[in-house]
Amino acid sequence: MIEQNLARLVQEAAGRYGDGKETPVVMVGAATCGRAAGALAVLDAVSQTVQRLGLPAEVREVGCLGHCYAEPLLVVAKPGWPAVAYGYVDEGTAGRIVEDFLVNDDPCIEFALAALEPNELIPTFADFARGACEQKVVLEKCGLIDPQNIDHYLATGGYAALARSLMQEPEAVLEEIVRSGLRGRGGAGFPTGRKWQTCREAEGEIKYLICNADEGDPGAFMDRTILESNPHLLLEGMVIAAHAIGATQGYIYVRAEYPLAVQRLQTAIKQARSKGLLGEDILGSGFGFDIAVFQGSGAFVCGEETALIASLEGEPGLPRVRPPFPAQAGLWGRPTVINNVKTLSYVPHIISKGADWFRSLGSEQSPGTAIFALAGKVVNTGLAEVPMSTTLRQLIFEVGSGIANGRQFKAVQIGGPSGGCLPEEVLDTPIDFDSLRQAGAMMGSGGLVVLDQDDCMVEIARFFLDFTRQESCGKCTFCRLGTEQMVRILDRITRGQGRPEDLDLLENLARSVQAGSLCNLGRTAPNPVLSTLRYFRHEYEAHIKEKRCPSLMCKDLIAYYILPDKCERSCDACVGSCPVEAIANNEDRIKVIDQAKCVKCDSCRVACPPQYSAVVKLSPPDAVPGGGGVK
Amino acid sequence: MQLTAEEKQLAVETARRVAASHRPGKGSLIPVLQEIQADLGYVPAVAMQEVAQLLNVPAVDVYAVVTFYNQFRLTPPGRRQVKVCMGTACHMKGGQIILESWERRLNIKVGETTPDREYSLERVACVGCCTMAPVVLVNEEVHAKVTPTRVDGLLFAHQLAKEQVEGGKAIEQGGND
Ligand SMILES: Cc1cc2nc3c(=O)[nH]c(=O)nc-3n(C[C@H](O)[C@H](O)[C@H](O)COP(=O)(O)O)c2cc1C
Ligand code: SF4
Ligand code: SF4
Ligand code: FES
Repeated sequence: MIEQNLARLVQEAAGRYGDGKETPVVMVGAATCGRAAGALAVLDAVSQTVQRLGLPAEVREVGCLGHCYAEPLLVVAKPGWPAVAYGYVDEGTAGRIVEDFLVNDDPCIEFALAALEPNELIPTFADFARGACEQKVVLEKCGLIDPQNIDHYLATGGYAALARSLMQEPEAVLEEIVRSGLRGRGGAGFPTGRKWQTCREAEGEIKYLICNADEGDPGAFMDRTILESNPHLLLEGMVIAAHAIGATQGYIYVRAEYPLAVQRLQTAIKQARSKGLLGEDILGSGFGFDIAVFQGSGAFVCGEETALIASLEGEPGLPRVRPPFPAQAGLWGRPTVINNVKTLSYVPHIISKGADWFRSLGSEQSPGTAIFALAGKVVNTGLAEVPMSTTLRQLIFEVGSGIANGRQFKAVQIGGPSGGCLPEEVLDTPIDFDSLRQAGAMMGSGGLVVLDQDDCMVEIARFFLDFTRQESCGKCTFCRLGTEQMVRILDRITRGQGRPEDLDLLENLARSVQAGSLCNLGRTAPNPVLSTLRYFRHEYEAHIKEKRCPSLMCKDLIAYYILPDKCERSCDACVGSCPVEAIANNEDRIKVIDQAKCVKCDSCRVACPPQYSAVVKLSPPDAVPGGGGVK
Repeated sequence: MQLTAEEKQLAVETARRVAASHRPGKGSLIPVLQEIQADLGYVPAVAMQEVAQLLNVPAVDVYAVVTFYNQFRLTPPGRRQVKVCMGTACHMKGGQIILESWERRLNIKVGETTPDREYSLERVACVGCCTMAPVVLVNEEVHAKVTPTRVDGLLFAHQLAKEQVEGGKAIEQGGND
């Protein structure tokens, strides 16, 4: 019965799904990142070209392939040809690629990023260092299917795992997840099976399942990408989870800053309901479960489970003391499982391919893959999925192709605002929950910000502490006031007013905040300070003892200076770029900065043509010849 | 900021309409406030009072919720809401410089609205476009890899658009005379 119902849906879907084998398909990556790069204009240009030429092609708005650095991205799948991805396209090139490839059989190799399947013409992603590291499970279909069309998901094997699990006893499904060793991808790595079991065994008729899509870590965008690129994968995982734990109602708690994700989720939920994959009597199994989307309101602490529940209940998002754990008494006092987007997205794959397959990926203690958002000073920013125990070095230098603009690697910030900053020496650490903790960072949800020689480690510690201070819910004294004190000290240091005893004071405060906080926001807030003190103490010391910022980042400790012998007198680029008219000619027509006026906006340095590179930053500010007239 | 009588009237009506489509009780509180803000751009005090009554939630709890969450505004936003991302990636790529550029050009501080209510300036935490850092939102539109000169460019484009609209209006009015 269940099987037949699914088979019918798949059959209907197949008729409506083009895979490029019969008619050409042109896909435009239009997730939030793609849109920011101009994908909607590209989409428009593609549609117009197809229309103008009267081509029998499908134009498809898709999510993100993960190669964000090359956005806007285009994929062309034409019968008889390998599918090819093009990067850095604009309206003009997009129109040309469509016309040349579809009409004239010219795949425009000069614009191609890579082919998606092996062929003799164009290398595939797997031929690059990045491809050798990557192993896509959750991201498999992202950027290739229309997230707003359930038929694409169904026709490519979607919801088969759901049908399979509905034909099993809930205990058997649960057992499979336990055996897979899946650990939560929301940060702490708690065993998912154990959480589900607690909830299943808890007393109560009514149980809830909540998907945590709050993704509050700045620098993280994995969950957003999954929601925008393949929302049905998550929905399928949620229904399977609900069946396993006996939940009847589900919520997806999405952060307010993700309007496109919310919209695509709502469309997906509607479609799943209309196909009988959500709601009462799912696929004729007798099991009923529905999902509602709840939008967050911009409070980082609401990612914490008990605060999230408070928020759903219409309260300010204050964490509560545990136990009882949400799995025992959560939303409205009822047993509630909360899982991250990625965690739930693994579930259909584990059910269809089995726990042993999952265990064959990654490491013994951390099976499976890990999904990372690569941002910052790395060449290839974007999203990558690699097996657990891949090293940080591989991730940054192979997947990310190293540091941009010929700069030197300095550190990688991992685990969100409460993670840590790791230096070169520990880059060979395999990425998994336990090794990272040992190195003084944490897995977190997968945000990875790469820092280079121009980034000041004191400033970054200040930045994170300032973030947690602002986001502290204020319930615990140490979290509220301890972080405040730490920010003040760090602030002072970045302004060149630090004292030698500040470092010990910082360390003491850090230990106290760790010990005196109720929730993990407070308990982990000091991590950035402790890890930078551990690995980059010399930078703190330079700020304190020499009033100098070695990375030339801290505004109060630098000055802009135009090197007289490099300044090309007749070039006025810097003068025009300065927003406060701080740059003037001297008697020799060499440009000079009025230090009292300069607001240190960096415009002149950017504007100065690379062949001159006459504008430099100096630290301390009185290193400017003649004292620069500052302080 | 003083609200006009019409603004207050509109706020009350919006609150009533939104609350009517939800069940009373705390569980509806946040969605109702969000809808009001989506409609009006902010949640004025009169709307909060109305919501408290209609949902049968103590007014102080409504106020506690509105002030706890970063997303809620108590005053009307500008017609163009400028939000500068201050997430990690944007910060490391000069988000602060961009924020200061807006402050300088609009002559307001972050959190404020220009007296003509044309612009308001806010900071947001990561909008998930870190690969495009630094990022600025103008209303819902994301602008990638922003520089101080780009800020000037955006303002100039807004100015042009505004003049065009006003020019259009003038012509229309001229035609009606
Ligand atoms: C301050 C704070 C913020 C958090 N933010 C998130 C978040 O944005 N997304 C998330 O999935 N988990 C977040 N977590 C972790 C969750 O509390 C919880 O552990 C997780 O959602 C459980 O799901 P998992 O077992 O699938 O990992 C946060 C925790 C803390 C303490
Ligand atoms: S540790 Fe901080 S955020 Fe967590 S409950 Fe205490 S005050 Fe609130
Ligand atoms: S840093 Fe900015 S303010 Fe200072 S001189 Fe250069 S352009 Fe002018
Ligand atoms: S840090 Fe600005 S978009 Fe993520």
